[in-house]
Amino acid sequence: MNKEKFLERGFLLVALSSISILALIAFFIFEQGVPLMWKVGLKSFLLGDRWYPSKGSFGIFPMIVGSFWVTLGALAVGVPLGLSSAVFLCELTPPKVGMVFRPMIQLLAAIPSVIYGFWGLIVLVPLIRNHLGGPGLSILAGSFVLGIMILPTIISISEDSLRALPRTYKEGALSLGATHWQTIWRVLVPAARSGIVASIILGMGRALGETMAMIMILGNAAQIPSSILDSARTLTTNIGIEMGYASGDHRQALFATGVVLFFIVMGLNSLAMVISRKGRA
Amino acid sequence: MKAGWSMQILSLALCLFQILLPGCHRGQVEISVVGSTSVQPFAEALAEEFMARHPMEKIFIQGGGSTAGIQAVLSGASQVGMSSRKLEASEKELIAIPIIYDAIAVIVHRNNPLDGLRLEQIRHIYAGKITRWNEVGGKDRAITVVTREEGSGTRETFQNLVLGKNEEISLAALVQDSNGAIRQVVADDPNAIGFISLGLVNDRVRALKVDGIEPSIENILNHRYTILRPFLFVFKSPPGGTAKEFLDYVLSPEGQKILMKEGLVSLGQNAQAEARK
Repeated sequence: MNKEKFLERGFLLVALSSISILALIAFFIFEQGVPLMWKVGLKSFLLGDRWYPSKGSFGIFPMIVGSFWVTLGALAVGVPLGLSSAVFLCELTPPKVGMVFRPMIQLLAAIPSVIYGFWGLIVLVPLIRNHLGGPGLSILAGSFVLGIMILPTIISISEDSLRALPRTYKEGALSLGATHWQTIWRVLVPAARSGIVASIILGMGRALGETMAMIMILGNAAQIPSSILDSARTLTTNIGIEMGYASGDHRQALFATGVVLFFIVMGLNSLAMVISRKGRA
Repeated sequence: MKAGWSMQILSLALCLFQILLPGCHRGQVEISVVGSTSVQPFAEALAEEFMARHPMEKIFIQGGGSTAGIQAVLSGASQVGMSSRKLEASEKELIAIPIIYDAIAVIVHRNNPLDGLRLEQIRHIYAGKITRWNEVGGKDRAITVVTREEGSGTRETFQNLVLGKNEEISLAALVQDSNGAIRQVVADDPNAIGFISLGLVNDRVRALKVDGIEPSIENILNHRYTILRPFLFVFKSPPGGTAKEFLDYVLSPEGQKILMKEGLVSLGQNAQAEARK
């Protein structure tokens, strides 16, 4: 075997090993979680609203709803901010200013989530409790923190897709007499739509997966929330908060929660892939 | 997902400890004590004293939770498990020895005007039947109920001794995963109520009287305050060697004194002996 072949094989092996780790994790989660879903019944596991694992009630519907609201809230905060930041960076700012802004936004991604959580707990939660009522540990607080956490994902991917547009789009629009503003909102943003949507979906995946900060901020009540000032529990925090002491069926139920999360995140990522591929074609 | 891995890694690390360490220190005996994070700080204090006396014996204390500790003992990765919950039916083959008792205090914000509650009122608050402070003589504010997560030994004790068999802790209650986190939430929220180990009550929160009885060491010793739970040491077989020596040290008057200094309660040799049977 010559040197090149040898190296090729080596790299193949490394690539395979990282995939096989993924496969192993998936196998382990399913092997632990699926039997319990079977035992409890898929319907009463997914749609049951009582979570008392030590008494044999394993309904994760409140957590599914919790994840949904918190993620939606995060998007409500993150998408307008992220999209307008991307437009700003790409179109409205001199390159020098962008060179300052971009690293700062990337720095947001480097802040550990426990710091976000701590900030939310110390700053946001008392603010909400004192001015809006409720315990403060709430969907609103969680949404806001998550909205900031997904900004780097949304901004960088949206900006990339705006930059990838052919110059002719912009030149054409401007030469037809459109103002800069009209060019941005009527031509550039719609043209970069697929990339922007993909960035939003990846942001959603990030929001769904966040655990540490949400444990600190959401209050973790296993109820179906009735307002954004209510406490909620997401699928990830359900696992994170109870893993320490869980045993037997309870432990398996947490793995089963992981199975549900696995499918949701897989679905979202596939969707993002399909959409961004469509945009390229 | 993380739970499984961290537990796997923990036991793996323990196994490695077992394999690697005896080779490095010839003549030294090592045991590992693993389990409940509620017991861990106290076990650390005890191990330090014990090792000062027995320089040839080494005790490693690790957290991970009661279940992780029990699993480690079952698999033989660790000689001693620490548990703040009772053993489950599937774990009954293990030997559990109460080393000390821990009282659970019901706490509120320091500015809460209430001095105490009846046990029944606390039960109704946690079951979600009383939701406002004015129903128990406080301000006209919604109660923020804070509890521990399912599986926690503290929660289980509270459930058994305060709510009983027929009531469940309301799903609307906020859930925090440590004594410290509950104390933090209750210290910050003027409308909150929570429960933590008596030894961890500080001046940022206030422990309520229950049925007019203050949670004090004195009231626990004379059996008037009864929201108590044992901390357990768990063994696979009757302990011998260093594990036995450590257990004996923990149960000795000296060991018990160290624990009592930390706010735990020794119910005396008789109670200990009874529990060991």
